[in-house]
Amino acid sequence: MTQILVIFLGAIFVNNFVLSRFLGICPFLGVSKKIETATGMGIAVTFVMTLASIMSYMVYEWILVPLQIEYLYTIAFILVIASLVQFVEMVIQKTSPTLYQALGVYLPLITTNCAVLGVAIINKNEGYNLIETIFNGLGGALGFTLSIILFAGIRERIEKNQIPLPFKGFPIALITAGLMAIAFLGFQGLL
Amino acid sequence: MDVMTIINSMVSIGGLGLLFGVGLGYASKKFAVPVDPKIPLIRDVLPGANCGGCGYAGCDAFAKAVAEGNASPDACPVGGATVAQQVAEILGLTVQEKEPTVAFVKCNGTCEKSQNQYNYYGIPDCKEAALLPGGGAKSCSYGCMGLGSCVKACPFDAIEIRDGIAVVIEEKCTSCGNCVKACPKGLIEIVPLAKKVRVACNSNDKGKDVRGFCQVGCIGCRMCVKACQYDAINVTNQLAHVDYEKCTQCMACVEKCPTKAILGIREEIQEKKAN
Repeated sequence: MTQILVIFLGAIFVNNFVLSRFLGICPFLGVSKKIETATGMGIAVTFVMTLASIMSYMVYEWILVPLQIEYLYTIAFILVIASLVQFVEMVIQKTSPTLYQALGVYLPLITTNCAVLGVAIINKNEGYNLIETIFNGLGGALGFTLSIILFAGIRERIEKNQIPLPFKGFPIALITAGLMAIAFLGFQGLL
Repeated sequence: MDVMTIINSMVSIGGLGLLFGVGLGYASKKFAVPVDPKIPLIRDVLPGANCGGCGYAGCDAFAKAVAEGNASPDACPVGGATVAQQVAEILGLTVQEKEPTVAFVKCNGTCEKSQNQYNYYGIPDCKEAALLPGGGAKSCSYGCMGLGSCVKACPFDAIEIRDGIAVVIEEKCTSCGNCVKACPKGLIEIVPLAKKVRVACNSNDKGKDVRGFCQVGCIGCRMCVKACQYDAINVTNQLAHVDYEKCTQCMACVEKCPTKAILGIREEIQEKKAN
């Protein structure tokens, strides 16, 4: 139980996917202009990352390991994630048009998000079992959501201030992201 | 190399791919959401430049908006009347013929006719140069600096820099409006293609200052207002404006203008004189 809690909290704060492992930077910078869209992206990523962890674990343990072709994990994981995202998109479009409207644009974007592939590969490298895998995936995704929403909040406030012209837009956003990463470094001693 | 390894990997990854493919194919049928069949039809007749001139994110978004009735079928500035007609046919509507328009750069201060107050060696970009003291190197702070931000913004290669000012090539211009947004001086205007009387100056400076900066600037002397029988010209802020609703292209103002700031587009004038 403690082990799972350590993995879960560690994935959110200590090994935060964006600010400590530097995975999934593209959506982190791209969809963080408004808290609203950032939340949408966070929920979509949470959803896909948790499912992708489970699916990739099953494919790895039940297909690749017995056949002794573990080295093909990258291709297999990409295959799993891409199909999964497509499938999830179709199901959501059919079952909940409202949720589809909210997530719509971001779901296909996640297909090539390195945070999703990253969580699958980290699970494999760390040798987690199914339960630990789920909690690592969920924790990592929540960490992503946390950081992107925090970042979007800061960016919304920055927009309303007078920024010197050369720093307007992306430059100040990149500096902010760097400062946030330094702040998250403070969690290193937590566990 | 063990043959079994190759076969194993081929079969397992291939099998996975096949499985997912079939699964997705089945899911796409099972979870199919009916889309308005008009949307792809409309999308096909649009120019596909994705210039954003209509105000939507691209041609796809515009097609969706038209099909849902949120946008007017003739809102595509690039396609003009022909595309509007085709879109309207798909929707079963009739549209009024829209007058073709074209972008026009309201400056004629070429290198010989206007001076620079200093030499500019910075980034060749109008937005950067416009931030400098005096609004750029050109002595007239309203005029075209000729650094070509509009040229870069034009998706149709319809603007070029001639003699230090931007000139619209009207045959290529689709009046998508990208250059209007790109110009930091607000020099470019969308005007009716058929109307050839255009004020090629944007300066709100006093007449004396304009004379000092540029030989062909509008000095706000109101000669054109007096010359016009149709009340189609007015002068506000030391600058003449033509009201295209009223202008009959009699060219009286063009002939009267002491600084030649009002242009009848050149060919037209020559034709008129030849007649």
